Amino acid sequence: MKTKPKEQQTPSRLRSVISSFTDQLAASVFILPTVLALLFLSIFPLITSLYVSLIKFDIAPGGYKLNFVGLSNYKKLFVDSEGTHFLGKFAPSTPLTWIVFGVVIIALAIFMARYLLNARVSLGGLMGRILLTVGLGLLSWMLIHTLWNEGRLGTASVTLVYVFVGIFFQYILGLGLAMLTVQNLPGRRFFRVIFLLPMMITPVGVAYMFRMLTDTSKGPFTPLWQAMGLGDFSWVNNAWGARTAILIGDVWQWTPFMFIVLVAALESQPVEPIEAATVDGANSWQIFQHITWPAILPVSMTLILIRLIEAFKIVDLPNVMTNGGPGTATQSLTYHAFINWRALNIGGSAAVAYMLLFLVTFFAMIFVNLIRQRTVEAL
Amino acid sequence: MKRWFQSKSINTPSPVGAVLSYLVLGFWAFIILFPLYWLVVTSFKISSQVAEGPFYIPFVDFKPSLDAWKYVLVGDLSNDTIRNFSNTVIVAPTSALIALVLGATAAYALVRFEYRPRVGAIWTFIGCVALSVVTISLGMSWQVALAISAAVFFIILQTIGRRFKRALGNNDIAFWMISQRMLPPVAVVIPIYLLFQQLHLLDTYAALIITYVTSNLPIVIWLMRDYISNIPIELEECASIDGASRYRIFWSIVLPLAVPGLVATFLFVLVFTWNEYLLALFLSSAKVQTLPLTIVAQNATRGPQWWNMSALILIMIVPVIVIAIVLERYITRGLLIGAVKG
Repeated sequence: MKTKPKEQQTPSRLRSVISSFTDQLAASVFILPTVLALLFLSIFPLITSLYVSLIKFDIAPGGYKLNFVGLSNYKKLFVDSEGTHFLGKFAPSTPLTWIVFGVVIIALAIFMARYLLNARVSLGGLMGRILLTVGLGLLSWMLIHTLWNEGRLGTASVTLVYVFVGIFFQYILGLGLAMLTVQNLPGRRFFRVIFLLPMMITPVGVAYMFRMLTDTSKGPFTPLWQAMGLGDFSWVNNAWGARTAILIGDVWQWTPFMFIVLVAALESQPVEPIEAATVDGANSWQIFQHITWPAILPVSMTLILIRLIEAFKIVDLPNVMTNGGPGTATQSLTYHAFINWRALNIGGSAAVAYMLLFLVTFFAMIFVNLIRQRTVEAL
Repeated sequence: MKRWFQSKSINTPSPVGAVLSYLVLGFWAFIILFPLYWLVVTSFKISSQVAEGPFYIPFVDFKPSLDAWKYVLVGDLSNDTIRNFSNTVIVAPTSALIALVLGATAAYALVRFEYRPRVGAIWTFIGCVALSVVTISLGMSWQVALAISAAVFFIILQTIGRRFKRALGNNDIAFWMISQRMLPPVAVVIPIYLLFQQLHLLDTYAALIITYVTSNLPIVIWLMRDYISNIPIELEECASIDGASRYRIFWSIVLPLAVPGLVATFLFVLVFTWNEYLLALFLSSAKVQTLPLTIVAQNATRGPQWWNMSALILIMIVPVIVIAIVLERYITRGLLIGAVKG
C-alpha cells in the first residue's frame, strides 16, 4: 500500500524519460538471455571438443594420460584402415567413372562460369562458390568411386545417403499425405492425429521397435519372407538391405514432422486464386504448379533445413537395428564417433564429430545461401 | 458417368477421387498403426511366446499375459518406472516452457529490431575466448582467467571498438543460432558433463533443464520467427502511439496473437525433450533419470526384454498422444499463421 501513492506522485516527465530509456534497452533485453544461454552451452563444448580432437587419451597407471598429438587424429581419418572406414574403399577408376566425374566437373564449371559472367561478382560470393565447387567435386569423386564395383561406402557417404534419400522420401510422402488430408473428407482429423503418432515415440524406442519388425525369423513379416523363399535370409547381412531397413525406420518416424507443417501451410493458402484459375479452366496439375507450389515453397525450405541438420545426427537406428553391420555398412558419422568414443579413442571420436560439423555446415551454407535464397527470391 | 469424376467444389474431391484418397490414407494409417499394434501385442507376451515365432492375435494365437505390465508397474521395476516417469514429467514440460518463453522473446526481437553485431567485436570476443583457453591450459584457475578475458573484452570494445565498421545482420544471427544444433550430441556430451561437474550440478534437474532449454532454443526461434513476422505491424504501431512500452506491446499484443504458434512449438519441443536419451544418460546417474533410460536398460545381458520394453514405450507415448489430441486444432491453426511467409 505504501508504494502506490508514491508512484502516482512521480512527475510524468521523469516517467517518460525512464520509459524511453528502458525502451531503448528493449532490443538488448529481448535477445540477450538467449544469446547468453547459447554462448554458455555452445562455446565451451565447441572449444573443448576441438581441443579433445587434438589429443590422445591413454589409460595410464593410476588414471589416465592426455598426450597432445596435433592433427594426427584428423590425418588418420584419411589414410589406412580408418580412412577406409571414414571415406570408404575406393575402386579403381574405369572409363565409366571418368565419364560420370566428367559430367559433374562440367556441371560445376558451367555453374562457376555463369557466376563469373554475371556483372555482380563479389569477393565473398566468389570465395563461397570456389569452396562449393571444390567441395562438391571432392564429394562426388568419393561417391563415384565407392558406390559401385569393388568400392565400399565409408561412414561419410553412408550418412549422405541417409540424409538425402531420407529427406527426399519424407518430404514427398509428407506433401502427398498433406495434400490428401486438406481435402474436404469426413474423418480427416482422425487421420491427422494418426499420422502424427510416430513423431511422439522416443527415437531409441522406434529403433527397438523396428528391430522387432525386421526380424526375419520372429518378426511379424516372417511368413512373407518364407513365402518369398527368403526364410533364412537376414537382410541385415546385405549392405543395401540393411541401409534400406534403417531408411524405412527413419522415414517412418520423421514423415510426420514434414506432414504436419505442410498441412498447416496448405490450409493457410487463400482460396480465391484457385477459384479464379478453375474458372479459367486450369487443370489440377497447373493449379498445383503455379499456385500451390509457390505458396508452400518458403515453409518447405525452412522444414528441409531443420531436417537436414537433424538428419546428419542419425545414430539410434543403426546402433540398435544393425549394430552398424554388416561390417561398417550402416554406420553413420555420429555412430562412427560413438564407437570410437566407446573404445576410449576420445580424440578420434571428437575428430569425426568435427568432420561431421564441417559437412553439415557445408551443406547448410549451400542450402541457405544458394537454394533457399534463390527460390524465395524467385517468387 | 461423368459425375463420378466431377468434384462438387474446389476442396471436395470427386467420388472417385475420394475413394482413392481413402485408399491411400488407409494404407498409410495401416503402416503407422501396425508397428504400434505389434508393440501392444508384444507387451502382453511372455518370453517364450516371443522366441517361438510370430503370434499375431491375442487369445487366438497365444494366451496374453500381464507379466510385463505387472513387472513394469507394480513389480520389481515399478520404483524405477515411477521415479523416472515423474522425472520426465517434471523435466520435459519445464524445459519446453522456459525454451518457449526465451525463444519467443528472441524471435520477436529478431523480427522487429535490427541488430548489427560488428565483425570486429565478434573477432575480439573469439580472441578473448582463446586467451582464456590459453591461460587456463597454462594453469591459471578458470575463475580468474574468465574474469581477465572479460575485462580485456570490454576494454577493447569500449576503446577501439567504436572504429569497427563491418557488421552482420539479423539473418546471420539466426543462422548462428540454428548452427548450434549442428554438432552431434556425442561430441557435446563430454564437455557438458565436465561443465556441470565443475558447477556441481550433475544429477540435478537444473542440469537437464539448462541443457534441454539451450539445445531447443534454436528450433523455437526458427519456428516462432515465422509466426511473429505474420502478425500485422500496424497493431504494434497503434499501441506504440497510445504510449505502450515495448514490453507491454510484446506481452499484451504479440504473445496473445501468437498463441496458436506458441502451442504448436511447445508441442514440438515437448516431444523432443520428452524423448531425449543421450544427454540424459550422461547428466543423470540415479536421482533424475528419465524414462528413455529405463527403456534402453531393458536391453539386458539376457538380450532385449521385448515385452517390458514395449510396455514402457507405450507408457511413454500415452501422455504425449493425449496432449497432441487436445492441442491438434491449435497445431494446424498455429502453423497456419506461421506458414504464410516462411
